[in-house]
Amino acid sequence: MNLKRTLVALGITVAFGAPISLAQAQTVLTVVPHSNLAILDPIWTTAYMSRNHGYMIYDTLFGTDENSKIQPQMVDTWTVSADKKVYDFKLRAGLEWHDGAPVTGEDVVASLDRWGKRDAMGGALMTFVAKMEAVGKDGFRITLKEPAGFVIEALGKPSSNVPFIMPKRIAETPPDKQITEYIGSGPYVFQKDEFKPGDKAVYTKFAKYVPRKEKASGTAGGKQVHVDKVVWNLALRDYQAQVNALVKGEVDIIENVPFQHYETLLKDKNVDVRKTKIGLQYMCRFNHLHPPFNNVKVRQAVLASFNQRPFLQAQVGVADLYKPCPSMFACGTPYGVATGSDIQSKGNMKKAQELLKASGYDGTPVVIMKPTDLSSIDKLPEVAAQLMRQAGLKVDLQAMDWQTLVSRRAKKDAPKDGGWNMFCTAWVSPDIDNPVNNAALPARGAATPWFGWPEDAKLEELRKAFMMETDEKKKIAMAGAVQARAFEVATHAPVGEYTQPLAGRKTIKGWMTHGLAHTYWNISK
Amino acid sequence: MLATIPVLVIVAVLVFLLLRITPGDPAAILAGDAASTEQIEGIRKTLGLDQPLPVQFGIWALQMVQGDLGESYYYKVRVTELIAQRIEATFSLALVTIVVAVLISVPLGVIAAWRFGGWFDRFLMGFSVFGFSVPVFIVGYLLVWLVSLKLGWLPVQGYKRIDAGLWPWIQHLVLPAITLSVIYIALIARVTRASVLEALGEDYIRTARAKGLPESRVLIKHALANAAVPIVTVIGIGIALLIGGVVVTESVYAIPGLGRLTVDAVLARDFPTIQGLILFFSLIYVGVNLLVDLSYVVFDPRIRY
Repeated sequence: MNLKRTLVALGITVAFGAPISLAQAQTVLTVVPHSNLAILDPIWTTAYMSRNHGYMIYDTLFGTDENSKIQPQMVDTWTVSADKKVYDFKLRAGLEWHDGAPVTGEDVVASLDRWGKRDAMGGALMTFVAKMEAVGKDGFRITLKEPAGFVIEALGKPSSNVPFIMPKRIAETPPDKQITEYIGSGPYVFQKDEFKPGDKAVYTKFAKYVPRKEKASGTAGGKQVHVDKVVWNLALRDYQAQVNALVKGEVDIIENVPFQHYETLLKDKNVDVRKTKIGLQYMCRFNHLHPPFNNVKVRQAVLASFNQRPFLQAQVGVADLYKPCPSMFACGTPYGVATGSDIQSKGNMKKAQELLKASGYDGTPVVIMKPTDLSSIDKLPEVAAQLMRQAGLKVDLQAMDWQTLVSRRAKKDAPKDGGWNMFCTAWVSPDIDNPVNNAALPARGAATPWFGWPEDAKLEELRKAFMMETDEKKKIAMAGAVQARAFEVATHAPVGEYTQPLAGRKTIKGWMTHGLAHTYWNISK
Repeated sequence: MLATIPVLVIVAVLVFLLLRITPGDPAAILAGDAASTEQIEGIRKTLGLDQPLPVQFGIWALQMVQGDLGESYYYKVRVTELIAQRIEATFSLALVTIVVAVLISVPLGVIAAWRFGGWFDRFLMGFSVFGFSVPVFIVGYLLVWLVSLKLGWLPVQGYKRIDAGLWPWIQHLVLPAITLSVIYIALIARVTRASVLEALGEDYIRTARAKGLPESRVLIKHALANAAVPIVTVIGIGIALLIGGVVVTESVYAIPGLGRLTVDAVLARDFPTIQGLILFFSLIYVGVNLLVDLSYVVFDPRIRY
């Protein structure tokens, strides 16, 4: 009789999915990321989702705190030689890979070598590097050909590509190939078997992770893990469905609250809506290779017409969440100064019309690419087109999906042959907050790595001088000089800043919303 | 069966060519927003996209005849594995939807035909216009608002595999299946009504009634059985359409099925995945149509192959 009863109970349990009580209750944090996770190699791609995945499983030599200051992370101590050409680093004790092996200087050197071949700032650093070598088991040395003022900044850069440290055997993967093994020394272990592309990614607490003693701040400080498991829900991508799931308590955090839902969620008593401390900057990029934007005066006319408020009002709409910013390096960051921005910040339509008249503009239409499927930036081209029309330019606004846009912007052809004149995008502040990492500033003509290809020898000289400067006060002035020159030659047009709100259940504690990247340590529920 | 092969070959060639002439470069998408033109060019080479089109097609066709649909550019996983991961969710949704739709629509259609011109008939015709006209996502959001958020009876989103238990599986499929079935209920009910109405005018129905058979027996045994062929055809087409056409429902309810995979693959210009999925959908269409054709023999003994 007892056996029969037990079998019936077991049958009901299996059929109706009641939890088998032998399993211990785990604390699971369910997060809806801002996008889908597809590429698991954060060095191979600059995609932010891959970067955030990197922060889960890898650690970094240095981190960036909430005040944009670089702080040691895996590094315990370091020294710089008197000639500022030799950097010696010692790793913290107890650092271990997820497979149990110790982290060594050789791992670091191999990781930096691969990163330097993919990342723009890493590449700039490598032009100064004479040699990188392991020193003992837990140290490494970087020897420079000439002093550079951004060694520590580069090693602690918080956004793509972040110099994540990987085991030597993985870091030796050729930089143009993706890694296939995902072992890090970070606070979470990636559960590859549970990863279902487009469905979910699962990370479990790395029990042997040794956090720093300092309080967590930005990507720096002690990465304390208080949950057993973090699940990224990759299937939930409809914004309305995300909000519904959060309100009902089926998920804990959504990374990307659409602006139209912001005020509704603010009223929900179970939901905590937050603004990130560090925001994003919108920018519109000129293609310098083709008319009319191969004419600096036309670009200046556009800058003068680009009042940032209409862009922000149309795109964001919620006054709490945006602010005009005259700096190309993001306001509120150490280099976020207004130097040289008058052409835009004090510009107006009358001035724009005068500049355009003086430019000899011949009526060549401006092809603006408008992404119809990216609600975070889809209104910017409309505003740009309207302002340019008011200034006197002829505009051809072409609608397309974002993926077509990213393919087309790589083309150097003339607009009539499938090229383009302008597109608008958004950057997280850490990706543009200095003259080295700001992708819109290199000006080497067709050899410029990022699309738009401006050419200006003076701007390049100023950037190089900034890279070599080691005195922080002088660097601020030099960043201002770089910015002034960039406005003068109109490399691109910054069109305002905003913060992307996030939302979580009020049961979540210790949630960090610094905005450098989405990180999930320090959280409890 | 042999006719399947030329169909698949034509589909394969068409899909391959259409994807190559569509704007969008998978390499630029994979590289990320801050990638340089050199990095994008490097990725293009790695993916073999710098090869001439006939060479690219030859490589893919060779893999395909060996049963290998290639590797996803985007996920770096075999396409067959991706399809295998998603198939259960989509098949479950299609199955429950079609079961719900058939169980509701066929009796409604029969009753409407039986009471032709009456209030029920008019109501059903009105409902079918509603079912055809209201977008799926609106039905979905309304159901979520009412059933999940206001009443708290069912989850808002997600999918549970059947091996997690029968109840969680059903619980997560009820709302999506109802959402999706509205249009199929409208379609099948209309076709059932028209077919049964036609059958009810036949001499054998008059004979059956004259013999004093109960009305229910006349309707089911004689009218419905003789009206089955067009109904089965519509149900068959419905199943085939459901497999590839559940994109919106899968998005609204966050179901990781083949519909979402198709959208993701198209947005990422993931050529091998799109090609593999279209071929798979073609195979399903051909297979379901074959089954429908074979089922005619059961419903109408006059049909011979």
